[in-house]
Amino acid sequence: MDFIRNFPAIAILLCLFAGIITSGLKQKAARILNTVLICIELVLNGCTLFYTVITGEAFVYVMGKFPAPWGNEIRAGVLEGMMGFFFCVIMLLSMLGGKKKLFDEVEESKMSLYYVLTDLLLSSLLALVYTNDLFTAYVFVEINTIAACGLIMIRQNGRTIEAAVRYMIMSLLGSGMLLLGICMLYDLTGHLLMSNIKESVQLIVAQGSYRVPILVTIALMCVGLAIKSALFPFHAWLPDAYGYSTVSSAAMLSSLVSKGYIFLLLKIIYRVLGFDVFKNSHIIDVLFVFGLMGMIFGSLNAIAENDVRRMIAFSSVAQIGYIYMGIGMGTKAGMVASAFHILSHAATKSLLFIAAIGLTDVSGGSRKFIELTGAAYRNKWAGVTFTVGSLSMVGVPMFSGFISKLLFAQAAVQNHAKMLPALIVLAISTILNAIYFMKTVIRIYTPVENTPYEKITFKDMKLYAVILVCFIVLNVLLGISSQPVVDLIEQGLSMFA
Amino acid sequence: MSRLKSKEEYEKTRAFRFFRWLSGVKDPYVGEMEMHPQEEYKIEETTILERMQEKQMLRDKIYDVEHNKLLVAFHKVYVICAIIFCIVLVGLLLYTVSYLPETGNPSNPADNEVAARYIEDGLQETGAVNIVSGMILTYRAFDTFGETNVLFIATCCVMILLMVDDAVLKKQEEKNDRRFEPKNDVILQGTAFMLCPVIFIFGIYIILNGHLSPGGGFSGGAVMGAGLILYVSAFGFKKTQKFFNEQVYRVAKITALLMYGMIGSYFYITGANGIENHIPLGTPGHILSSGIILPINICVGLEVACTMYAFYALFRRGGL
Repeated sequence: MDFIRNFPAIAILLCLFAGIITSGLKQKAARILNTVLICIELVLNGCTLFYTVITGEAFVYVMGKFPAPWGNEIRAGVLEGMMGFFFCVIMLLSMLGGKKKLFDEVEESKMSLYYVLTDLLLSSLLALVYTNDLFTAYVFVEINTIAACGLIMIRQNGRTIEAAVRYMIMSLLGSGMLLLGICMLYDLTGHLLMSNIKESVQLIVAQGSYRVPILVTIALMCVGLAIKSALFPFHAWLPDAYGYSTVSSAAMLSSLVSKGYIFLLLKIIYRVLGFDVFKNSHIIDVLFVFGLMGMIFGSLNAIAENDVRRMIAFSSVAQIGYIYMGIGMGTKAGMVASAFHILSHAATKSLLFIAAIGLTDVSGGSRKFIELTGAAYRNKWAGVTFTVGSLSMVGVPMFSGFISKLLFAQAAVQNHAKMLPALIVLAISTILNAIYFMKTVIRIYTPVENTPYEKITFKDMKLYAVILVCFIVLNVLLGISSQPVVDLIEQGLSMFA
Repeated sequence: MSRLKSKEEYEKTRAFRFFRWLSGVKDPYVGEMEMHPQEEYKIEETTILERMQEKQMLRDKIYDVEHNKLLVAFHKVYVICAIIFCIVLVGLLLYTVSYLPETGNPSNPADNEVAARYIEDGLQETGAVNIVSGMILTYRAFDTFGETNVLFIATCCVMILLMVDDAVLKKQEEKNDRRFEPKNDVILQGTAFMLCPVIFIFGIYIILNGHLSPGGGFSGGAVMGAGLILYVSAFGFKKTQKFFNEQVYRVAKITALLMYGMIGSYFYITGANGIENHIPLGTPGHILSSGIILPINICVGLEVACTMYAFYALFRRGGL
């Protein structure tokens, strides 16, 4: 069984290899290679998860023959394995679900480049998940950023180019802040390896020296990663980037790219700074407040939106707000809730994007609400799936969104100082969520006579319908059997420390 | 003055031409060189007017500047806020830096066992005289592989943005390339003729001696890329494509990255599992030494040179 220890490293390297090879292939071969690659990654990450659950402890893997502080190292625990596995699942479903749209929207000669970008994006996500070294994390953050820009602008029209430029500027600002934070941390501790930094930081904090630089470092890292994952005041790049890019890109950006950064933040909190150091800094309260604001303002923006894709995009701002609220709670329960919401939101948001494209396709490609009237009758599969996604987002029992809201509420009750604002905003945000999602669901189920658009049946979209069913199953699974997942997250978080 | 050659023969030699130029009888470039651009550069007046009208329309219709005083005020406040924010951020960072450990102090946290091992044992463990190369390509080879992939993915993104595939557009781009400049600039060509070989040799030298002296794949590759760019600006794409077209570019790029990946993976996986990796370190100081560093440097150099040239070509005319 010990050969499974090689799997995380092999998974990352395999993605890089696939990306390199894909750049020399024609589009059909590139597509097949991409699908095969994601399936292999699924198996590799699943095995890693299985191995760590069985052995019950995390393992480090030295990249090369030189041990940790000198060479590179990656580390896999339960939470890492789970995230890697889950990211692969979402990526597979998003790529297959948006395949048809990809052919319409992307120039044929550039199609293989799209697959290069997705392969490298997957590699960077896995590296962010498994890394045990801050500098490795930064290198793969760079790959992630550039790949995300490419994913946005591969559908070439004015809107996406503008969105990509905006995303690039904001995202590079975030990378710069993260890099400054890493530099300062290196100056203070002399290490780049996470576990060594943590030891030094604990020592420094216990001695009480370097109080200002530590605080500024924590702030820079949090703000840098918050910009990259679109926390509320930094979300200006998000609606255009998610709203106008091709649908696979939108699904991957919302459910994988931003979540990768949040997972890196979790990792930094636990493995670099130490949870107590982070909790005692006041940055945590800032994150909490911005999380709360994001939950409300994101939803308000979504209500005002008249474009279904942009509405879903703004809903992401609100959901990212939830995650940061959980982190800002400063308790283990809050962290568990955040980690669960990473999974639940990733599953639901990609589902919504993929389902929305089915609805807009049977409405003449228009994304305006007025055109969407009765769209669920024209494409029944997409209609049902969109409804499931909406219910999950609102937080109806049986679906994954309910569990994360329940966990957030439980976490809030345990923290006396932050209980009241958290619960009130949670309630308001749920109502706002219900307003805009139910508005859409009612709209798509309103019967309309004499529609100029044609119905679409199962025969015309076999793969798409299967993917939609997979999404629903994933969502309901997370909603019904949430306890094992929560247990795994708790186990993983305790392995972090 | 006695001559071995007849006068006619003498007039053909370089020495004659040189002395003729020296005495100022005839400037060889006058009359034989394309001094003028192929076409006069002028923008049609209608396009200028159109562009101005468009700008005016944007200002009037979309932003409605005259009536929308709020927007104007917002833009002013925005600029002021941005400046204040930047100043505050700069101040904050400077304030923080004043608390950081003093530079050059031997008791700094950064001067610890990590750096000590790189400096003291680096030579024996990696076989590289150049410690920096030894560090980035042996100890931290995985990071550097990631960094090389950053270059690769950056080229992919530039290709998405600028690559022209449409046949009609391609022709037009070719026509537009260097439209307002002389195509065959003799001075540039003469200089490039002399400089290019030197630049290439220097680049190759830097790459091959990456483990012995300052330099390595990244810097050597940049030098070679600069040489390629000089060649293509002097002699044009047609001549360059004889030895460096899209096919060659693709093969070189993929081979270099794959080679790097294979060597790297072999090194990581054998190292992690405690298997002997059979890569000879050689005698430090020799050209064939220091294990995986030399082949990796060559791969990185190729990749960097290709990337530099590809950026230039894509920006200039949307294709290699």
